[in-house]
Amino acid sequence: MASENPVIETRDLTIQFGGHVAVNQVSCAFYPGTLTSIVGPNGAGKTTWFNLISGQLRPTSGQVLLHGEDISRLPAPTRADKGLGRAFQLTNLFPNLTVLENTRLAVASRYNIGYNFWNMAARRQDITDKAMHYLTQVKLAHRADYVANGLPHGDQRKLEVGLLLALEPEVFMFDEPTAGMSVDEVPIILDLIADIKAREDKVVLLVEHKMDVVRSLSDRIVVLHNGELVADGEPAEVIASPVVQEAYLGAAQDETEQA
Amino acid sequence: MIHSLLSGDYPRSRLLTVLLIAIFIGLALGPFLFSGTVAFRTMGLIVVFILVVAAYDLMLGYTHVVSFAHLMFFGFGAYGVAMALDSMGSNFTAIAVGTGASLLASIVVALLLGLLSLRVKAIFFALVTLAIAFSFMVLVNQLYTLTGGEDGMRVAVPRELGPAFRLDEPLTGFSLLGWLWGVVTNPLGLVEVTREAFFDVRANGRLLMYYVSFVITLVLFLGMLRLVNSPFGRVLLAIRENEFRAEALGYRTVYYRTAVVVLASALATIGGVMFALVTRYITPESTLDFELAVFVLLMCVIGGMGTLYGAVIGATVFLIAQNYLQDLLGVLSGWMEHVPVLAMAAPLFGSDRWLLWFGVLFVLSVYFFPTGIVGQLREWAARRSRAGEELVEGEKVDEPASHGA
Ligand SMILES: Nc1ncnc2c1ncn2[C@@H]1O[C@H](COP(=O)(O)OP(=O)(O)OP(=O)(O)O)[C@@H](O)[C@H]1O
Ligand SMILES: [Mg+2]
Repeated sequence: MASENPVIETRDLTIQFGGHVAVNQVSCAFYPGTLTSIVGPNGAGKTTWFNLISGQLRPTSGQVLLHGEDISRLPAPTRADKGLGRAFQLTNLFPNLTVLENTRLAVASRYNIGYNFWNMAARRQDITDKAMHYLTQVKLAHRADYVANGLPHGDQRKLEVGLLLALEPEVFMFDEPTAGMSVDEVPIILDLIADIKAREDKVVLLVEHKMDVVRSLSDRIVVLHNGELVADGEPAEVIASPVVQEAYLGAAQDETEQA
Repeated sequence: MIHSLLSGDYPRSRLLTVLLIAIFIGLALGPFLFSGTVAFRTMGLIVVFILVVAAYDLMLGYTHVVSFAHLMFFGFGAYGVAMALDSMGSNFTAIAVGTGASLLASIVVALLLGLLSLRVKAIFFALVTLAIAFSFMVLVNQLYTLTGGEDGMRVAVPRELGPAFRLDEPLTGFSLLGWLWGVVTNPLGLVEVTREAFFDVRANGRLLMYYVSFVITLVLFLGMLRLVNSPFGRVLLAIRENEFRAEALGYRTVYYRTAVVVLASALATIGGVMFALVTRYITPESTLDFELAVFVLLMCVIGGMGTLYGAVIGATVFLIAQNYLQDLLGVLSGWMEHVPVLAMAAPLFGSDRWLLWFGVLFVLSVYFFPTGIVGQLREWAARRSRAGEELVEGEKVDEPASHGA
């Protein structure tokens, strides 16, 4: 695996909020066809690391490389165009637009037609079809005409994932995609993530608290703790390592068991 | 045909459709249906402000960009064409040059404004537009040799657009309101009332200018309708709804917002040109005043933001209220003065108090119809059809295009 070139890589990536170092000197590379889970206790810096990679935040120091190119100063839209796709931990939709329109916006982004101000958007049947395809995947096709903020929470989470799929990125970044979903909804999303992973050329990064999920899906686990990368390797190995047991898993497993 | 013209964006409320058709007919045949100079002037203003308010709605309603400089761009057009006519003589070349120059100025200023300040917080953009609009107003007041200062300037329109250019024979109009009033007050004299309702319409250059404005507004309005239903328009909605997510999906929102500000400003400039040519007299008060900026905002909000049709309804309702509420109040206070108990309150209803009463109406309408007239009508219509057939909530985005062209 290491022989291949990484798709995305962070080098000594650091961000400081005031005096607080939220991500501290994190270096890590991700390869095509792999699914990497990022775990760590609340406040470890997982979401912040994601934000640095997908461009919502600029690092204090260090770099983000995409296919070897330094993208750490590029704005989020440019990174999205280059193939970095993001689903957010806190649902982040277009609240007063329909489910279909939300998805079409994600699909259309790939078509570069945003500056077309003359043709009717609704007549792009190809875009609608593609949007419906992804809505079917996340089991929301029957809700296509609903306004996004009228959906129950679980459906909003599914739409959040649907938008990422519809963007068709090279790097998929899921930030706790199943949080707050009901038990019967979770497998839908996990199966979709497994499907993406099966595609050789894609990179999947997954922040997830549910350890059983992490164990079964991941090719690799990275552990963050207090903004630092404290463990990185094969799932079984990482989960067994003392540093992880101590830093994270004990606490997190208690949490999941309570839930 | 209709589907293409309206870009698939139907009124989606029967009452709204009726209102829009009534306004369309009222403006299209207006000079032949409403007699008197006040009516003619009001119609001219409605035509101009439908354009200006719709352009404002592109920013405010569709993109959530708050600009206080919209009327500055309006002023660019009005003063641009007036000054060109002043210095180059009353001919159409001057109009073309004045329009071209002010459009260019608007585009450059709007572009700079957008690129420099839209990157920062929305409130910053609003403040910058306020400052620059204010500076322009001061400038117009100071440069009185060019602009006439506070006194304003006469717009020396070409002969073809003025009252002197006319057909020998006046055309005939039929005063709708006069006739209705006659029928109500004198139902037995129907023949006489009907005969009296006919009036002469002077077929002159002013009438021509009115129709030119009408056609320009109609075409540009349909163009805007097309724009908001295009892929570009969808991105504007995305920015309004959630700019952060729009960026994460790959849309460079600064460029989109700048584009919409440039476009809206250019349209306001065209509105300004039309205003100057229709009213033939401009002052800072009638083109740039802060009060007018608030009026444009009100028209947008009353009609319903983010609907475009709201601009039509808002401008019409507001301008009719502005012009006739005063008369109505005058009648009311005159009548009250003769009633002993009410005489004390009569000054409250003086015709110069119209803004007070309009304010009251405005507060009530925002309270009861927070989404504006259009939003409310659509909501009612949607509720009715949902009650009818258990339809799901939300916009119907797609209709398998009933291609009519
Ligand atoms: N914009 C910000 N300004 C200041 N501090 C921030 C900011 N964003 C994150 N932080 C801080 O950085 C730390 C890491 O937060 P982050 O959201 O990345 O954690 P996380 O690992 O995603 O946690 P969780 O599992 O709860 O989602 C926290 O202490 C948080 O308070
Ligand atoms: Mg997080």
